[in-house]
Amino acid sequence: MSTVVTPGLFSQVEVKVSKKTPYLMGVFALVVLGAFGIFGKTETVAFQWSKEDDVIKLPDFLVASNLVGIVLGVALVAIAAVSFVLALRGTKTPLWLTLVFGLSAVIALLAWLAAGNSLPFAFILGNAVVLAVPLALGAMGGIMSERVGVVNIAIEGQLLTGAFLAAVVGTLTHNLYLGLVAAMIGAALLSMVLAAFAIVYLVDQIIVGVVLNVLVLGITNFIYAQWLTQDGLNTNFPGTFPIMPIPGLSAIPIIGPALFESRITTYLAYIIIPVLWFILFKTRRGLRARAVGEHPLAADTVGINVARTRFWWVTIGGLVAGLGGAALTIGAVGAFGRNMSGGQGFIALAVVILGRWHPFSASAAALLFGFSIVLRIWANQVNPGIPTDFITMVPYVVTLIAVVGFVGRVRAPAADGQPYIKG
Amino acid sequence: MKLELRGITKRFGALVANDHIDLVVKSGEIHSLLGENGAGKSTLMNVLYGLYSADEGEILLDDVVQNFKGPGDAMAAGIGMVHQHFMLIPVFTVAENVVLGHEPTGALDTLDLEAARKLVREISDRFGFDIDPDALVEDLPVGAQQRVEIIKALARDAKVLVLDEPTAVLTPQETDELMAIMKGLAKAGTSIVFITHKLREVQEVADRITVIRLGAVVGDAKPTDSASTLATMMVGRAVDLDVKKHSPKKGDAGLTVTNLTVVGDRHNKVVDDVSFTVHAGEVLAIAGVQGNGQTELAEALVGLREVTGGQIILGKLDITDSTVREVIDAGVGYIPEDRSKDGLVGDFTIAENFMVNRSYGPPFAKGLSIDFANRARIAEDLITEYDVRTPSQTTLAKQLSGGNQQKVVVARELSRDLNLLIASQPTRGVDVGSIEFIHERIIATRDAGKPVVIISTELDEVSALADRIAVMYRGKIVGIVDATTSRETLGRMMAGATV
Amino acid sequence: MNNAAETPVVNRGNAVLKEILSGGATRALLSVLLGFVVGAIFMVFSNEAFLTAAQYFTARPTDSLAAAWTAIADGYSALFRGSIYNYAADDIVVAFRPLTETLRFAGPLIASGLGIALAFRVGLFNIGASGQLLFGALWATWISTRVSLPWGVHLIVAALVAILASAAYAAVVGFLKARTGAHEVIVTIMMNYIAAGILTYFFRTPELLREVDGGGTPKSDAPAETAQLPYLLGDQYTLHWGFILAIVGVFAYWWIMERSTMGYRFRMVGHNADAARTAGINVERTFMIAMAVSGAFVGLAAVNQALGARAGMTPDIDGTIGFDAITVALLGSSTAPGVLLAGLLFGAFKAGAPAMQVIGLSPEITGVVQGFIVLFIAAPPLVRAIFRLPPPQKSTVVADWWRSLVTKGGRK
Repeated sequence: MSTVVTPGLFSQVEVKVSKKTPYLMGVFALVVLGAFGIFGKTETVAFQWSKEDDVIKLPDFLVASNLVGIVLGVALVAIAAVSFVLALRGTKTPLWLTLVFGLSAVIALLAWLAAGNSLPFAFILGNAVVLAVPLALGAMGGIMSERVGVVNIAIEGQLLTGAFLAAVVGTLTHNLYLGLVAAMIGAALLSMVLAAFAIVYLVDQIIVGVVLNVLVLGITNFIYAQWLTQDGLNTNFPGTFPIMPIPGLSAIPIIGPALFESRITTYLAYIIIPVLWFILFKTRRGLRARAVGEHPLAADTVGINVARTRFWWVTIGGLVAGLGGAALTIGAVGAFGRNMSGGQGFIALAVVILGRWHPFSASAAALLFGFSIVLRIWANQVNPGIPTDFITMVPYVVTLIAVVGFVGRVRAPAADGQPYIKG
Repeated sequence: MKLELRGITKRFGALVANDHIDLVVKSGEIHSLLGENGAGKSTLMNVLYGLYSADEGEILLDDVVQNFKGPGDAMAAGIGMVHQHFMLIPVFTVAENVVLGHEPTGALDTLDLEAARKLVREISDRFGFDIDPDALVEDLPVGAQQRVEIIKALARDAKVLVLDEPTAVLTPQETDELMAIMKGLAKAGTSIVFITHKLREVQEVADRITVIRLGAVVGDAKPTDSASTLATMMVGRAVDLDVKKHSPKKGDAGLTVTNLTVVGDRHNKVVDDVSFTVHAGEVLAIAGVQGNGQTELAEALVGLREVTGGQIILGKLDITDSTVREVIDAGVGYIPEDRSKDGLVGDFTIAENFMVNRSYGPPFAKGLSIDFANRARIAEDLITEYDVRTPSQTTLAKQLSGGNQQKVVVARELSRDLNLLIASQPTRGVDVGSIEFIHERIIATRDAGKPVVIISTELDEVSALADRIAVMYRGKIVGIVDATTSRETLGRMMAGATV
Repeated sequence: MNNAAETPVVNRGNAVLKEILSGGATRALLSVLLGFVVGAIFMVFSNEAFLTAAQYFTARPTDSLAAAWTAIADGYSALFRGSIYNYAADDIVVAFRPLTETLRFAGPLIASGLGIALAFRVGLFNIGASGQLLFGALWATWISTRVSLPWGVHLIVAALVAILASAAYAAVVGFLKARTGAHEVIVTIMMNYIAAGILTYFFRTPELLREVDGGGTPKSDAPAETAQLPYLLGDQYTLHWGFILAIVGVFAYWWIMERSTMGYRFRMVGHNADAARTAGINVERTFMIAMAVSGAFVGLAAVNQALGARAGMTPDIDGTIGFDAITVALLGSSTAPGVLLAGLLFGAFKAGAPAMQVIGLSPEITGVVQGFIVLFIAAPPLVRAIFRLPPPQKSTVVADWWRSLVTKGGRK
């Protein structure tokens, strides 16, 4: 197809920045100020920064719930005003400002929910990280696949495969590391099927992804019902990886226990994410991979083997996603349950888009979602008066808002989803 | 380096795209491969470059048989290709594009971008190209992008340089510059294969010419041969290069465009304060090099693109902010530039394609359902009238040749009751026979008293069809002149000089 | 592009045969066959007798083979007994019940399959059938349990409400895609979870839809008798009018897609949205309308589930229909007759599940078979390779004949 581009020598027009962001911010700011501040609860919230067994313990921070709401509400209104002014001047609101906004709104929400109770900050942060790991790893697998132009809807299936194999193989062999390896290989094999269908058989990539998810769900459900429930002790009782605190780093107050007192699956994620960034943007292989995802024909004409590049990146992406799946079982709760991934593969896909196909941004987005899942668990315990069913929906609503609100601004790899057919 | 192709044959199913082609290019020679659209030139070059594998035949470099399994082998052997549709990654920089596939690396496979930049600057200086290695390709003007393509080929030490229709996107002046570059490279020892369908260029720069028609070599020619000799060899019969045309019978103003401004995807004024009038019964051609806003102008006229300022008046009707459907219903016929993307639905039958913009009422619809009998009848009539070569009306559009596809689009538009015809690149990629037919039909429409707007990058077509010519450059109309204006003047206008 | 003439067809009979073998129907049939083969493999390897015999396979291979054969035979005969004809039954009524059960299960699968198929043909991936179904069922249950209307009217109103609600829920997806470009795969899946949450909330709250005198678990009342779908074959069988609705849906789908101008425009957008836009079609609005119509078909399934029930309903009223609909649409190649047949097949799987459970085979096996069938159907070249089928033919004898039957005046 022609890539004729209009010459960049036309006269420029001043850009009008949409006021969507400031308006949305304004609405949320007023909601926070009103619901959590002015009409908020008066009970005291105890912000618990440290856990019992921390090396350095910080004292709890006690504050009235509505005070937090008012202070943060005012701050949010200020940020919304700044965003509005920026829009008038033709500048888009910087991403960091939006993140500060989001974070403040969330803290106000937490303060409201925890009125009269304590807010176990360290616990929440720690769990948010643990819950974000499968999402982040799934997203890394998705990024690897989509950067070379293969849409990967099958992240859900990869996570499920990983979770299943990690639990079962781990139990059968009494060796969690073998379970981990099996999980990665299993998900990689699934990726190979996706790659084969997309690259060799030229099937619509989205359909293959959906079909693979259905297939994995069917197979794991069958084996679970037929076998695992009958004989759980021998087949589905792997336990979990031990928690391995990193000496020194885990003593840092607040973030130390959250980030550095984890299992090996989390630590592997810490390594994989920056390594992927490096490979993708700083190395020759990464340049070629991105070329394949943007313009496979151009890559072919300089001698890059498009099919092979796509195949290997998708497959290795599967390895990473499989690790994410293992994190769901042996990296968290242990045994496998029906439909263990429960839609997290699709949240991972949203993470890929929100993170603009970039490892670091995607990880940040994964953390946001991990946080929303923790919120669901914790809010239930605290019993704040919102029906549990609505709390359950929070991660999905957040995903929806994120995808709907932000998608317009991002640009996928140009050849994402298009099969490459040679003459 | 001497390049020889012996008996190259390439088939796509039942179609023989290349039929036992022989070609010899001597070292330091500019050899032109001449043929009309669809003759098989690009296929042949793709075989040479390793993108396709030949079914029969051999490629020899300096009398040594080569076995290319892919472009990598071809490049390693010293063959460089400048493609018609640029093979550049828009979101990468010039340096990244130039070194892609043979990147300089440091430790741990890291990219050595500094070395890449140096390479670009070196070649750029050697030939006077003036390209910034860190510029993003998508920000560069088209002429500069082509120079990046050339740098890409030279960076790999190309000894045989293949240029595939390189002048399609250049002004006449830029074309002259390119010819000078080619002559310079040839004198330095590079063998050049110059693929084109433009006779004028061939006569100017080629040392020898090979003419291809319908996949086979028709013969060799010299640049001193006359244009009509070459044209006859290309097409296989005597070609009348002029369209018979009476002087226009101009009527009232049909289309009046006043101070039209359109903002493009990158926040620039791709159509900048454009004004012109087209009268009933006349053809106004909008000439200019591809990429100066003509595409966006056409889209704005039919309602596909939002108008930022100005007015479009059809007769007495203001269609500035009309939707595409309203514009169509107002009697505007539109032959889009890209027929496979915008003009036709490839997976629909020919009959189904005739009704794409008239599916809401008669003659193609009866209430809420399709009027199959009427549609079949109309399709039959149109296929006959416009000489569309097809086994039946239920053939899928994508199975037709380019020329026949274009005839379907033309038939569809001209069979409506029109108040204005807009034809954008009406004969791009179309065989000569169909070109003649379509040109006749356009003149017939004008003679029937309709205003016609032609947008074309081919000066020959512009000169043949137009009564008046408006030249576009960087979104503005540089001038509106009579059809008798000289080629040089038009060329200068296309490069921005005002009349 | 294409300047050469086509090579003439030498042997017409041969060409027709090749065309049939390379066509979609053959591939569909073979994909089903392959799916059953894979299912058989799973049956064998989850059979205890086989597993025990396999341990001494080298010593007495016949034991293993016999056990394998028995496993397969038992499994599929149970499926047959449960879904088509129970030859082991005493009286004729019981014997035919399996067939009626198949039809009963097939109804919502066909209806929702049509919805997904329509979306496919417009170029949209509607993965949200379960959410749309739940949303429609929610409002139908409201009408059927909390509102009193006379017989006949009650049912019709409840049904219309279900269809409109499902359509509206789906239209939101189309709207979001049109306005913001949001990827409909993610949006529909998130909305599935959201609908489930909303429905559970409604079924849990006494003031809303929870059953009178209910306990802690979310459950609604049974639909009022005046709002229930009547039985089709009397009280002996549980087959109700939901199946007829599905058949009506099949004809409606066929008419919309093949005969109506709206369906023509849907197909145009699905094939080439750019050309459609140039032809004056408002592509964004088409997406919204198409999603709404798609949701309306799913609404037929919602009617089936909400008004075909005879007892109180739980939040899993959609069962696996959401994803089954996708497999039905894929196997049926998004055509009316295809979806009908695929829906019947997968309905048979569901009907046969209890019979398989009785012999100790987990009914999830049908999920496996279903998944593999669709995997094979999604990869035409794969099936072609396995069975050495000829590639898609240039001759269109059969296709032309079919087209001339199906589209009036289409000959030559």
